[in-house]
Amino acid sequence: MFLAHVTPLQASIFSSLAIVSLLLTFVMLGSHWLRNYVYAFAAQSWLIAALSAAVAYFGGYRELYAIAVLTALFRGLVLPLLLMRIVDRLHVKREIHAILQPSSSLVIGALVVMFAFVISNHMNQQALPAGRVVVLALTIMLSMKFLGFLMLAVRDEAISQILGLLVLENGIFLGSQILVPGMPLLIEIVILFDLLIVVACFGMLVRFLVVHAGTTSSRQLTRLVG
Amino acid sequence: MTQPLLLILFLAPLGAIALSLGLRHARVAEYATVIAALADLVVSVPLLARTLRGSVIEGHNYVQLDTLGAWVIVCVSIVYALSSIYAVGYMRLLNEEHRLPLFYGLFSGFAFTMLAACVMNNAGVFWIAIELTTLISTFLVGFEQEAESTEAAWKYIVVVSGGISLALLGTVLFYWGGSFVLGPSYAMTWAALRQSAPHVYPPLLLVSFLLVLVGYGTKAGLAPMHTWLPDAHSESPAPVSAMLSGALLNTSMLGIARFLGVVNGTSVSRFAHSAVVGFGIFSFALASLFIVRQTGIKRLMAYSSVEHIGVQALGLGFGGILGIAGALYHMLNHSLNKSLMFFGAGNAMRAYGTKEISGIRHVLKTFPVSGILWLLGAVGIAGAPPFALFLSEFTILRAGINGRYRWAAIVFVFFLIVIFVGFLAHFRAMYFDDAPEQEIPRLTGTVWRTLPMWLAFLPLLALGLWWPQGLWDVFTKITLDVMGGVR
Repeated sequence: MFLAHVTPLQASIFSSLAIVSLLLTFVMLGSHWLRNYVYAFAAQSWLIAALSAAVAYFGGYRELYAIAVLTALFRGLVLPLLLMRIVDRLHVKREIHAILQPSSSLVIGALVVMFAFVISNHMNQQALPAGRVVVLALTIMLSMKFLGFLMLAVRDEAISQILGLLVLENGIFLGSQILVPGMPLLIEIVILFDLLIVVACFGMLVRFLVVHAGTTSSRQLTRLVG
Repeated sequence: MTQPLLLILFLAPLGAIALSLGLRHARVAEYATVIAALADLVVSVPLLARTLRGSVIEGHNYVQLDTLGAWVIVCVSIVYALSSIYAVGYMRLLNEEHRLPLFYGLFSGFAFTMLAACVMNNAGVFWIAIELTTLISTFLVGFEQEAESTEAAWKYIVVVSGGISLALLGTVLFYWGGSFVLGPSYAMTWAALRQSAPHVYPPLLLVSFLLVLVGYGTKAGLAPMHTWLPDAHSESPAPVSAMLSGALLNTSMLGIARFLGVVNGTSVSRFAHSAVVGFGIFSFALASLFIVRQTGIKRLMAYSSVEHIGVQALGLGFGGILGIAGALYHMLNHSLNKSLMFFGAGNAMRAYGTKEISGIRHVLKTFPVSGILWLLGAVGIAGAPPFALFLSEFTILRAGINGRYRWAAIVFVFFLIVIFVGFLAHFRAMYFDDAPEQEIPRLTGTVWRTLPMWLAFLPLLALGLWWPQGLWDVFTKITLDVMGGVR
């Protein structure tokens, strides 16, 4: 457990990277423009890559450098490009029918983060200063989870739902870099590839949605109920 | 001896995929899939018997065949075999000859991922296998490429991916908890998790377990996370519905069972069992209400799946040898019975050209033989003797009534009656209600579609009358090894 020997400088580097990632989630939550989501997602992925590299450097986990490179490559470049292609193909520039206004979803998002903090505080048994980083990592992990679900719930566009799912996964990835840097390399790599396949599948389905259902807004997918 | 059997188990579906997608010939794809599925069924039984003498570990500890996994493999293989035979008769009715190779390729791929999930000895890789089942089956759900099926596929992948990501978070937290005991880097095998669990900080363990429960529960169709299930089951082709219901749900229950085994005996064990019972009883009650007012025939079957997954969860939650044996026996019986039901529903849908129960009348006139099997299957799935589901439900009830969850057992009995009445009322209407005579087209390929119904029905009857001693040995072994013994 390398966090047990964390120095204040390292703690603040990890914390600030994690917090900026959380802020980027709020950027996604507060914006109507689909392009902004994708940019924010890409930036978030680069921050996670930087975090992996930082943990690799300070914790002495060599294999995390590989993860950092792969994260930057896949999540920071390939995925955003794929997403941009989907956005372009769909000819939707912005989320029009969102159930909540951006401002109200921001307020709910803030409440959700507090809730996540309360849970995380209960789950931690580490002493300071490691405890501070642990609670922060847990909070961000859980709150990105909740925020992702919030985005899934209040947005209709197919592309926003894909991004919501990606935020869910980013949260886990971010937290796991801090909490379990020793997780076997194989699993992390497989999960990265898995994500790529997920997005490819989504892309294909979106095309089916347009052709067969005539819409990409989940609000209009109401043929099946009950 | 075990290694070749394991190889056959996985190479058979892979071969079927290669032949289907490589040759692009509809007939070849059909027969390759049937042969692969039968081969899997044949090897799955000796594999189960082998595990009674101890688990088999292969592939750098990433692959482990234990009794619980082998049991689910038997269930999956049965459904794979039955539904691939049925698919030959059913898919030809769709008149999409050129897309059949693709269908069978995906179909065997789906079976492959489920079988792979059963032998994964690493919680992280297990999660990946489960995620892959989703990705492949999405395209099977949307195979008919109509507005409804595409919508169902979309809902399926969004809801299930979201849910399953909770399981990933839970898995990571389990790993983190374990790292305080086993060091920062260790292989996340089930045994390692079980070993470290009693030493993990209880609130952390509890949150991890609940996340995993909700995650795999989404995939297993436990209410209130079941929302994808009725859509996906009702819109996919009938053989796929049978695979989703009879095989996929069990594979996800395997995840819940394994993690329940991990936390068993720790300080959060009691709460974890209560949570499983809670989800079980809620699914059961909710499904029974939807069954009563259902109008679509395949949606009726889908809600019945939610119900039976609820029953399995109840059995696991009640715990003890009776509860676990009942839940596992129920798994097998549900696989057989629900395949039978979906096959019958597929026949009726194709013949009457409607998914509505109100459009299906005088079934016995249209299907003199398979109609009787379907009706008897309906009696069986509603939980009446002498069919196997009665035995397993009764066992679970015995486990519940003597334990801590007597209230749940009582609620269980009440809703069992509701389901019995509600489910069979629909069948009474379809079989015996008066309705104007209508021209029903005769379908081809009757043998392909009736044979698997017999193959599902006969064991169902036999297992209802006779609980083989060999099965007790399997269940006892699983209870002792995986579920942390009787407490």
